[in-house]
Amino acid sequence: MVDLPKTLKEFSRLKIENNVVNINSMEMHYHELNTLIRDLVRKGFKEFNLYNVYGQRYIGAGLGDNITFRLYGTPGNDLGIFMNGPNIYVYGNVEDGCGNTMNDGLIVVYGHAGDIVGYSMRGGKIFIRDDVGYRAGIHMKGYQTTPVLVIGGCAGDFLGEYMAGGIILLLGLSGNGQHETRFMGAGMHGGVIYVRGKPTHLWNGAKTMDVDENDLQVIHGLLKQFCTLFNFDFSKMVKEEFVKIVPASHRPYGKLYT
Amino acid sequence: MWNGANNPYEYDKDTGACALFGMINVEGKRFPSKDPVRAISNMRERGNGLGSGFAVYGIYPDYRELYAFHVMYLNHQAKRDVEKVLEENFRVVLSEELPTKEAKVWNPPLIWRYFVEPLTSKMREKNLTEDDYVVKNVMRINTAESGRALIFSSGKNMGVFKGVGYPEEIAEYFCLEEYEGYMWICHNRYPTNTPGWWGGAHPFNLLDWAVAHNGELSSYGTNRRFLATYGYECTMQTDTEVLTYAFDLLVRRHEIPLELVPKILTPPFWNEIDCMPQRQRQLLTTLRQIYSGLLMNGPFSIIVARHGQMIGLVDRIKLRPLTAAMKGNFFYLSSEEAAIRVVQPTLDKVWNLHGGEIAVGMVKVPVLV
Repeated sequence: MVDLPKTLKEFSRLKIENNVVNINSMEMHYHELNTLIRDLVRKGFKEFNLYNVYGQRYIGAGLGDNITFRLYGTPGNDLGIFMNGPNIYVYGNVEDGCGNTMNDGLIVVYGHAGDIVGYSMRGGKIFIRDDVGYRAGIHMKGYQTTPVLVIGGCAGDFLGEYMAGGIILLLGLSGNGQHETRFMGAGMHGGVIYVRGKPTHLWNGAKTMDVDENDLQVIHGLLKQFCTLFNFDFSKMVKEEFVKIVPASHRPYGKLYT
Repeated sequence: MWNGANNPYEYDKDTGACALFGMINVEGKRFPSKDPVRAISNMRERGNGLGSGFAVYGIYPDYRELYAFHVMYLNHQAKRDVEKVLEENFRVVLSEELPTKEAKVWNPPLIWRYFVEPLTSKMREKNLTEDDYVVKNVMRINTAESGRALIFSSGKNMGVFKGVGYPEEIAEYFCLEEYEGYMWICHNRYPTNTPGWWGGAHPFNLLDWAVAHNGELSSYGTNRRFLATYGYECTMQTDTEVLTYAFDLLVRRHEIPLELVPKILTPPFWNEIDCMPQRQRQLLTTLRQIYSGLLMNGPFSIIVARHGQMIGLVDRIKLRPLTAAMKGNFFYLSSEEAAIRVVQPTLDKVWNLHGGEIAVGMVKVPVLV
């Protein structure tokens, strides 16, 4: 057992068992919660269960290594921002900016996500079981690593806006197979969006193409992971039809606001 | 730790955006301030202490027939002038200082409340309805007394409480724990391009309309000029008040059905209208032509309320968040889902609004109006 840092005595709702940290975050401000987490990570703890999470922002911000968080509740904005490796499992919905500028790691959400999930993501993977809000995957980029965003439900408008790299997989399982996303791929100039079924409204920057063998290999790999995480039938999902959306030009956004 | 020497740009300061929260009991049952205040305080870092407020419906059942004016006086001479005008145009049934107590608020003005009834003779003379008569007088006083006094609440059986401070501090200052309402609209402000002053806090009110707003209206100039042609004068130094007047004009005066209001304020794009069936295309084209000056541009999410109704609306390309939820007899709107969950962890339904979409919670039986 590791010695607890002094500050921890102030938190009566902290319980550490078998090196697993349990925190009751009720009424805890995010400054307090994140300071506590960072102190414990510095002490070498690698497993965290956070209960009663109600809107605390920036959980997991900038943390590296193979730390695992299990979050019960509704974490606040910018969950996993600048993260460099941890795994975060959320048993609930997430708000805006989930995975903002994350470099590496995994975020799994057993629920829906707010706007700009995967904002400027540079690496790692995000799996959302249900719907996502507007501008999911905005500004994703892939320089030396390939960020991945998998969306089980439907997406709001501007999916993959200004996308410069990485992969988005949109399954649309909550809808009727018709995606109502407007301005999909607006301003896109890199990366790829795979869509199950038919996208209805692409913006000028993007174009639709058929998937080839390489694409299918990527899609099936991600589908397998998705089905394992959320308990869907892979043998059924693998038969679905997909298309891919890729950038049409290098300067796609010239005319939207004119 | 940060100090003056190593922190010249306030690096430790949270940057935010305004927070909205609204809660309505669809059976019209009144409930205390505990949940709404807890919920809006959960989004503390979305504001910065420069403005918070509450609009509470159903709080004055004993005076439900009378207009309740909440008036802030920034100048003591102004009180005498305003009261003179009130007595000339209304029967003032009760006038008293609004109860307040010590709280961490910034430089509070003198605030009075008046329960009034329009003078029938004067109303007839001017051939106005009761509501129009009140609007005219409120506009006249707020314009004439600009910078000295402000009627910031003028509905029946409802009241706005607002000022400069964080939500829980404003709630404490106005003793909100002593009120019960069937609908609470709450706001936590992070002013960006207009001053943080007592009158500039949200919600904005006219008659029983209240509007709380996150974002900005880049179309403010156009909207303001359009509304001025219908007698609405903007006096509160901020963009949000045009929304209040727009709802009053469209819904109360022009009797536009509520479901058509977003087609005016946040209409579909022309390229979408072009693809619609002919009758729908004609309707939307007509609305956009008649009310072109009411198109609200820029990033915003708003909660609009009047007796029996709480409405959420988001701008066309959704640049600000708004979450709606239901649980039993309660309908909620909030900038963040967590703020709803903190007062009601299990919800029957929860969804994020789409751009240009409204969500409406209505009291089934309009018992209090």
